[in-house]
Amino acid sequence: MSSRLRSRRFYFGLAIGALLVLGGLGAAHYMEEHGHIVTGMTNQVVWGLPHVFAIFMIVAASGVLNVASIGSVFGQPLYKPRAPLSGLLCLALLAGGLMVLMLDLGRPDRMIVAATHYNLSSVFAWNVLLYSGMFAIVALYLWTMFERSMNRHSRTAGVLALAWRFVLTTGTGLIFGFLVARQAYGSAMLAPLFIVLSFAWGLAVFLIVQSALYAWNAQVLDSAVQRRMARLLGVFVAAAFHLVLVVHLTSLYFARQADFEAFILRDGGVFPLLLWGGYAVAGTLAPLLLLFHPRLAGPRSALLAAALVVLGAFAWLYVFIIGGQAFPLEIFPGYAVSSSFGDGAIAHYAPRLPELLLGLGGVGVAFVLTAVGVRVLDFMPKDDFAAPQSGTVKGAA
Amino acid sequence: MNTAQRRALARRAAAVLALACAALSIHVPALAGDGATSRGLEPAIEPARGEKCVADPAFMRRNHMELLKHQRNETVHQGVRDARASLKGCIACHASAATGSVAVAKTDFCVSCHSYAAVTVDCFECHASKPQASASLPLSPPQTGTAAPRWVAQSRQGSAQPASVR
Amino acid sequence: MTPDRDTGARQALSGRRAFLGLAATAVGGVLIAPGIHLMEIAQAAVPGASAAGANPRVHWGLLIDTTKCATGCDDCVSACNTENGLDPRPSPTSAQWIRKVEIKEIKTGRAQSLPVMCQHCAEPPCVDVCPTGASFKRADGIVLVDRHTCIGCRYCVMACPYKARSFVHEPLTGQKPDVPRGKGCVEGCTLCVHRVDKGGSPACVAACAKAGHHAMLFGDLNDPASAISIRVRELATSPLRADLKLGTGVRYQGLG
Repeated sequence: MSSRLRSRRFYFGLAIGALLVLGGLGAAHYMEEHGHIVTGMTNQVVWGLPHVFAIFMIVAASGVLNVASIGSVFGQPLYKPRAPLSGLLCLALLAGGLMVLMLDLGRPDRMIVAATHYNLSSVFAWNVLLYSGMFAIVALYLWTMFERSMNRHSRTAGVLALAWRFVLTTGTGLIFGFLVARQAYGSAMLAPLFIVLSFAWGLAVFLIVQSALYAWNAQVLDSAVQRRMARLLGVFVAAAFHLVLVVHLTSLYFARQADFEAFILRDGGVFPLLLWGGYAVAGTLAPLLLLFHPRLAGPRSALLAAALVVLGAFAWLYVFIIGGQAFPLEIFPGYAVSSSFGDGAIAHYAPRLPELLLGLGGVGVAFVLTAVGVRVLDFMPKDDFAAPQSGTVKGAA
Repeated sequence: MNTAQRRALARRAAAVLALACAALSIHVPALAGDGATSRGLEPAIEPARGEKCVADPAFMRRNHMELLKHQRNETVHQGVRDARASLKGCIACHASAATGSVAVAKTDFCVSCHSYAAVTVDCFECHASKPQASASLPLSPPQTGTAAPRWVAQSRQGSAQPASVR
Repeated sequence: MTPDRDTGARQALSGRRAFLGLAATAVGGVLIAPGIHLMEIAQAAVPGASAAGANPRVHWGLLIDTTKCATGCDDCVSACNTENGLDPRPSPTSAQWIRKVEIKEIKTGRAQSLPVMCQHCAEPPCVDVCPTGASFKRADGIVLVDRHTCIGCRYCVMACPYKARSFVHEPLTGQKPDVPRGKGCVEGCTLCVHRVDKGGSPACVAACAKAGHHAMLFGDLNDPASAISIRVRELATSPLRADLKLGTGVRYQGLG
């Protein structure tokens, strides 16, 4: 491909990304001007679609750094050249996710208050510190990888980044884990669940970005590398499903959770649909088949599997975040309840355009940061061995 | 230093001095305060009710925001109400006679000065800008018999004698 | 260097040092003075002002007698709406600081009606989760939102077991002077602190008594001689979701 065409394609892509960002910023301004009444959020469902996007990006940001960790901390040679790209993606996704979260605040003009007033019993307050620290640590990590004289420190930086993101993802899971009142949350399991989910989602995003970058730069990913990463994704997807299964099984075992599980798994309309169809089938079963089945496995299947994992992630998060709020709080166990404030009633939530635009704006920010980063600096993975040129032999399984 | 250099230095010093004087002369009207030659852009400050403010105008102009910020913490966290530096106190005196408010019309007290200084005042997104109206309900619920303060032990209607207290 | 110039230089140096020391003190004084002046003014009390405010020896509580609560009666709700300037029309986005809840026990069919508001817990989950500390518990037990610090993240709304908090979804006008509230912040029942601080009782309690129902009782739970303390000591009362052990200031009588 001529470099001119590549340039044009780059600027076109950048323009799309910039448009998404502008849309997101415009939506945020509209929401700030008129209040959250222009969204589908109510006093029953206070965290909506923007939070689905934001939490996906934040969890994926933590997980995408896994690739670097496997390389520098666990010393796997195939992953080492991928570490810088993984670091860049971490920063980009974190930036996008945090932007969505901060712009969705009721008073985003009070960001300074959030940065100067800390209630240290709040996981949110800890997260402000953890996320900011994450930016610094990943930047430091990237520096140790790029600056030749600092290369010998990259393992230390990698270990620090690994430890930090474990704490960070635990914190993200505990945002929900610490909520004793809601039947969907209030469980210590959510911390390890979010960690394993981060592995799966982060690797899926990495695979998608890697494929795209290789395709757009007319390079071919070595089939051994591709196969290895694909299998790893499969392992993570299976592990995540295991934890989700355990959470639901335990919940089903408790009589007091029966109504909630019935809602999420059978009676809740869009929620069971998304959980079974979106997460279980499309987001777990199909990717596992595509990644492990001898006749289906291959680079194209792996890419499709990664995309499906991301879709499944959004489906699971929607059920988790919104389904968890739609089911009414149990203030009077054993009673049928009704009131003018939605007590006892399933809440209805329909996302509106500003929320979708804001979420996509975050994705746009991540995209723009990644694209510019890869263009300007040397993030493309450079394998030590010669990769076969185009027209490669179909990867034998 | 020879004569030529000395003269050049003197010229440069004179130029700097002239520039400083010019700059100062532009700001002198502002330094002089209201009513000077500011071409009618100064805020229209309506005379307020009451004898005098919490402090003198020059002090208030510079520090009213600090007073309010300190007082709001006292009020919200400690429940100290109607103190000298309370926002309600400001509004009670400074509400305009015409609009009854400090932030409705462009000539109202808070808005006019804040527009002049180009500083956003977002207090009134939440705070009422008009003085207190009368309370809708009596503060304490009516008691049967004498209106005793509620923290005194009440005799209960038709129930057993209260157990020994204290 | 001659000895004369030496001593001369040393004298000049100590003279300069003294001057600098004096100047530094003077500058420091000039800088601090306005602050001291500020605090003087701020702390100067007006005669008649409730200088006491939140008393840590007090623990405000509410006792609701559900046997006196009738279905269809919403005097407490109307009073709260009027007192605090809330929109009385219920909608999914309206702020409701107190609401009447109709409950019916599934197994027995026994129906009751009762008001539910912020329970003013001793261990409030909303206070634990607030990132900026805007949701806080006052010394006298009243749980409030400091709306100067609230960033509108709605985490407290997620955390509250009683659905006590509301988020303000649109720009507001015509607020009551005693009850500032605005778009983008979270709010809830304040136990009418503005009335309590002046020796009064919440509007809902006052309205319920005024109408003759006497279903709500307000008082100091720490005072063994107060009417509410006597009542809760002698009759069976319980908090909502007692299993959560939040130490609520609000108790209910007549609930199964």
